[in-house]
Amino acid sequence: MAEELIEIRWHARGGQGAVTAAKTLAEMSLTKDMFFQAFPEYGPERMGAPIQCFNRLSENKISTYCGITNPAIVVVVDPTLLEVVDISTGLAADGTLIINTPKNPSEIRSKINLNGRKIYTVDATHISLEALGRFMPNIPMLGALLKATGLLTKEEAVDFLRNNFGKKFPSKVVESNVVAMERAFEEVETE
Amino acid sequence: MVVTKNTVALIGTDAVAEAMRQINPDVVAAYPITPQTAIVETFSQMAADGIVKTNFVAVESEHSAMSAAIGAAAAGGRVMTCTSSQGLGFMWELLYIASGLRLPIVMPNVNRALSAPINIHCDHSDSMGARDSGWIQLFSENAQEAYDNTLQATRIAEHPDILLPVMVQLDGFIISHAVDRLELIHDDIAREFVGELHPAYSLLNSSKPASVGNFDSLYGYFFEFKQQQEEGMRNALQVIQEVGKEFGKATGRSYGLFEPVGMDDAEIAIIALGSACGTVRSEIECMREAGIPIGMIKLRSFRPFPAAELVRVLEGVKVVAVMDRSDSFAGGMGGPVFMELRSALYDMPNKPQVINYIYGLGGRDLSIELTQKVINDLEEIAGGKEVQQKVNYLGLREGEE
Repeated sequence: MAEELIEIRWHARGGQGAVTAAKTLAEMSLTKDMFFQAFPEYGPERMGAPIQCFNRLSENKISTYCGITNPAIVVVVDPTLLEVVDISTGLAADGTLIINTPKNPSEIRSKINLNGRKIYTVDATHISLEALGRFMPNIPMLGALLKATGLLTKEEAVDFLRNNFGKKFPSKVVESNVVAMERAFEEVETE
Repeated sequence: MVVTKNTVALIGTDAVAEAMRQINPDVVAAYPITPQTAIVETFSQMAADGIVKTNFVAVESEHSAMSAAIGAAAAGGRVMTCTSSQGLGFMWELLYIASGLRLPIVMPNVNRALSAPINIHCDHSDSMGARDSGWIQLFSENAQEAYDNTLQATRIAEHPDILLPVMVQLDGFIISHAVDRLELIHDDIAREFVGELHPAYSLLNSSKPASVGNFDSLYGYFFEFKQQQEEGMRNALQVIQEVGKEFGKATGRSYGLFEPVGMDDAEIAIIALGSACGTVRSEIECMREAGIPIGMIKLRSFRPFPAAELVRVLEGVKVVAVMDRSDSFAGGMGGPVFMELRSALYDMPNKPQVINYIYGLGGRDLSIELTQKVINDLEEIAGGKEVQQKVNYLGLREGEE
């Protein structure tokens, strides 16, 4: 993937780890010798308020530093945002939507007008509650994105978590994130 | 490009902190302010962990930060600080003392708008206000350049023909808080490049006593001091290029006073500072593929202002758009880069038309559409259309854009 520039927009609420997920995606793409950006939209964010953050990924050097208005991929980390913000704004006509929801893609399609865009769903809330014991959907959503794009295999993603998170977090935390990542790879659904 | 151990994913502020770690200054006195805070956090952690030998002075304000930096530099130390926006404003009177005492302090400044209204986002009004304070100012397009410029700034500031403080500018949030890919230099190469500081005079050198910061008496040498500061600034035009070349030999990334892109045969051109150059560059590449003779000048050194060199590179150009991320509030004279470029071109026989776009104040995005609008305007003017308005506000919410 990513011969062309790929732009990604993440929708989440403050405190759900979306910024960390976007940064982790940037670091992961470095292992594939890609070029990348990860940046949040800075404003008066509070815990629980809707936020956005962004990625650019490419096999070539990236020199645009403006905001992203027409992403190819939109990731919705918090299912309640579907009723709060227009998550498909600017999404490319052949774009991809990856949503944290217990519903399947056709149920989502019947609710939102998405025309020809691809839909992936994963119940990241449920996965994180079981794997981590708390609501932290960022790593399973990152897993779903990796699966949908084919950027990293499940094994590569797990290796990355162990190599990089292993330096910062106790092994119990790392391993529960590994489980969350693996389950997202396995449970993500598309039409 | 090959991913090596030195290819990293860092936000701009961490890239700067990494350069500071390699420079390993004797003293860093700094106070946190958004969006520079991350530099202070990361570097003070390095100092606390003993990764650097730096004496980190946790001061109570930016006024104190620059005061402490001046004292430590006068004592003979290699000294750094860093700031943004209101913090730079609060250092104001000390900026002139640092340059007047010829102290080679290096200060990354994460460009942010000045209040009011309160705004934490990027524009260049903070450092533009300090343009006459006798500091060298280098601008960075991305995290790589912020890192590279910080390393080079030490060499430039401490050069015996210069001895002036240097500000390294990077765009707040756009660069400071975005994860970017960059190449770090091996510690040994970085340290060899930066070298050691051997000040000719210092307060702690008892074998060569000197006094610093004296009253100049009523009829002293103040005037001569100031003229010598200007001489140091002129010398910097040469030294910035020499250091940039030497850096290129060590790293493969050379630097000059500015980077010309496609200027050899350009008929229209855009001149800009900082991260805007990235967005402009990508548009220019598209236009070039469509056969449009357009070029860009990425101004790296704003102080000293490379007037003669810019005149040379603009020969044969019909129209130039100057992008200013700050305003001078001069009643129609435009932004600072515009004014200075027009002044530089005054004696040129066949000078290009020059128009000004003030953009991006308080973090307003310079989108691809706005960049294209500038290029369209330039094409029309080069094609014979009369300039409607010399100074334009690009991307305003209301009124004429």
